[in-house]
Amino acid sequence: MDQTHSILDTVEPDVMARVVSRRGAIRQGSGASSAVIAGLAMASVPVAIAALARDAYAQATAPSIIDVLNFALTLEYLEDEFYRTGLAASVAATLLPPELTAIEQVSKHEAAHVQFLLNTIPALGGTPVAKPTFDFTAAGAFPDVFSNKATFLALAQAFEDTGVRAYKGQAGNVASNAAVLTAALQIHSVEARHASQIRRLRGQKGWITNNDSGGLPPQAQAVYDGEENTVHAGVDAAPLGANVGGAPAVTEAFDEPLTMEQVLAIAGLFITG
Amino acid sequence: MPDDRTKRITLTSIRQLWEAGTRREFLRVAALGGGAVLLPTMFAACGNDNGNPSEPPPSEGVTLDLSSDPGVLNYAYALEQLEAAYYTQVAQAFYAGITPEEQLVLTDIMGHEVIHRDFLAGVLGSAKIPDLAVDFAGANVDFGSRFSVLSTAKVFEDGGVAAYNGAGKLLKDVNNLLVAGKIVSVEARHAAAIRDLLRPGTRDFAGDDVVDPSGLDQAIDAGFLLQDSALGQFITTPINVIS
Repeated sequence: MDQTHSILDTVEPDVMARVVSRRGAIRQGSGASSAVIAGLAMASVPVAIAALARDAYAQATAPSIIDVLNFALTLEYLEDEFYRTGLAASVAATLLPPELTAIEQVSKHEAAHVQFLLNTIPALGGTPVAKPTFDFTAAGAFPDVFSNKATFLALAQAFEDTGVRAYKGQAGNVASNAAVLTAALQIHSVEARHASQIRRLRGQKGWITNNDSGGLPPQAQAVYDGEENTVHAGVDAAPLGANVGGAPAVTEAFDEPLTMEQVLAIAGLFITG
Repeated sequence: MPDDRTKRITLTSIRQLWEAGTRREFLRVAALGGGAVLLPTMFAACGNDNGNPSEPPPSEGVTLDLSSDPGVLNYAYALEQLEAAYYTQVAQAFYAGITPEEQLVLTDIMGHEVIHRDFLAGVLGSAKIPDLAVDFAGANVDFGSRFSVLSTAKVFEDGGVAAYNGAGKLLKDVNNLLVAGKIVSVEARHAAAIRDLLRPGTRDFAGDDVVDPSGLDQAIDAGFLLQDSALGQFITTPINVIS
């Protein structure tokens, strides 16, 4: 494999054509309803599957550890570039000291995660995917992302909560390698610390109640769908909240995973190539 | 209770276990249920030493066998018992001057830990360990002090994160791993919130004391945490960890 392919370069050409047309649809429908956006996200599922590395595609089984790490790297590229760009843009000057401090610390960690994965993937015999090209306006849906603090912090929250769900969803796929699993868990909890802080800076609880996005734009609802689940390991935990806040507290007490496909459908809104 | 049950041995290196005097003391105190550094590797060292294979197991207390998923889940259950007991006591009489934000955070966390505890008890069913005895006063927690309450909460939340992160690799069933993953990120959310209450607006929510230069959170080997960490001091029930 060459050094320059991004995770989207592995998409079959006909599928890529659909991605492009889907982007056109989003562009045309920048004022589209959440139902339309959700529909588009659903339509992108085959794209996301195709976005897995070719090996995994051929095996039609669980992704390899390298595939998972390249998936993680793609997400970390996204987060790293998002904060890096924000800190260099006009929005940075509008952040209050606690907000700026938090974003700087988060940015430092995302850069470290990128480097960690760039070191780990070759060590395991893989080739890191190239950094995609990002459009954090999501084709115009968030035109003021780097000039409006509210938009910037809203997307930061969405990315961190997505990161938590993404790593959680892949833990089982790297469980055969104890060192990789442990490192993935160690990144996972850092993403959760970030999410908690950014949520609280936005006036939200640090934890997720039901599938409440906390005032995020409708395009971000996919980040929270499923968080209302109360059944874990076959046990419905909802009754356990009886004396401590009820079922909503139970949904707060457990974070939910997203599949690779679900995550790429979210991240894909910000990836142009 | 200043007897051998509460005695602790401090081992500065595994090598000390091979030193006869240390090892005898280790086994004697361990047999009595006292606290000691019980790294799994140290247990292996004891087993390989020819000393005295008939040394009796702790006469009372709890054994966590980390070679099986129920053992690992019981380790999590032990932590959640401890956390739930702590926040329940915090919420029974909040420290004077508590802010609405602090009360909301602490009350929410209490609920989450109670739910975690009862959930794990349900999953484990008849395999669950007994209720652990905890002692916060003996560990100098002052429930009337904001700093004491929040500092202790920080120990619990950071410790919980590190414990789950370290124990994930021990779980054999990926469904159990997923459950642990669902809980640990909530513990990390708690940790960040508590840390921010203690040092508002700083980098402490994910501070350099818990996140390393590679951006990785802490991961602590199972057993070590309960036996030798700041967190383990709150449990008075002897815990025997085998791997």
